[in-house]
Amino acid sequence: MEINKNKYSIIVPTYNERLNIALLVYLVFKHLRDVDFEIIVVDDGSPDGTQEVVKQLQQVYGEDRILLRARPRKLGLGTAYVHGLKHASGNFVVIMDADLSHHPKYLPSFIRKQLETGASIVTGTRYVKGGGVHGWNLMRKLTSRGANVLAQTLLWPGVSDLTGSFRLYRKSVLEDVISSCVSKGYVFQMEMIVRASRKRYHIEEVPITFVDRVYGSSKLGGSEIVEYLKGLAYLLVST
Amino acid sequence: MKHIVKLLALLVAVSAFWIGLLETVMPRSYTWLLPVYFVVSLGCYGLLMVGVGLMHFPTCPQEAGLLQQDIAEAKEFLKQRGVDVDYD
Repeated sequence: MEINKNKYSIIVPTYNERLNIALLVYLVFKHLRDVDFEIIVVDDGSPDGTQEVVKQLQQVYGEDRILLRARPRKLGLGTAYVHGLKHASGNFVVIMDADLSHHPKYLPSFIRKQLETGASIVTGTRYVKGGGVHGWNLMRKLTSRGANVLAQTLLWPGVSDLTGSFRLYRKSVLEDVISSCVSKGYVFQMEMIVRASRKRYHIEEVPITFVDRVYGSSKLGGSEIVEYLKGLAYLLVST
Repeated sequence: MKHIVKLLALLVAVSAFWIGLLETVMPRSYTWLLPVYFVVSLGCYGLLMVGVGLMHFPTCPQEAGLLQQDIAEAKEFLKQRGVDVDYD
């Protein structure tokens, strides 16, 4: 089997993820032996001491493997990725959440899928066999499923999980797609994958399991449905 | 082209077909109702898809337990190496 000569830059935006970031880093190192990678933590000025913990992790794993590229305050997810990209030295980029809802144990399957198919993007999907969610009540599942059906009917996106944010991108592809995206929040994730689909990039999916966050407070709010519908309408006319 | 243009083109094509039907020997009253039937069917199909999807929503209850194990393992390892993991 050919040795994997690729380098993977894992960009993790954080805000008040003091404990989760440490657990995440441990799990990434555990599951990615024999892989050349770096973790880029983009912290938006967390008041809970996230950056101090990252510095401790750098002592354990090395400053060349864990990069802390902080920002002064909350500046949004999209710009966090752009910021992280500027410091990424890999030829592939992984984006994932810091709260352990995205488990690093799936990273090898993303990498394997990309090597097998030569895809430009590998996206994790919670909605197929082998994937799944835990910790969602009926209401949440209903809204998720309803939102998905609506988006599939209107947008024909070519992927089963539009709002998922556990993805592997070829670096050049991410740079291309991100430059044309303007949305905020999770609509941003949708816009990324829809634009990539419209640009005919080769996209593959791998099943992932999603366990709703264990520590800390979820950053999902109340007016999500309105945001979502506005996002869909925007994507309908602009992609 | 933008996706909405594709959808509108599809809509125009279907409408043209429907108008064509109006001019043929099909009973007028029936043809007039076709768009209504179509929209209602679309709505029902959507609801069916939501329902079926909800029934078959993949869940992974065992993953929560596995995650707890991973967390314990991680805390153990990191504590020994001077990383502050006592925050909760």
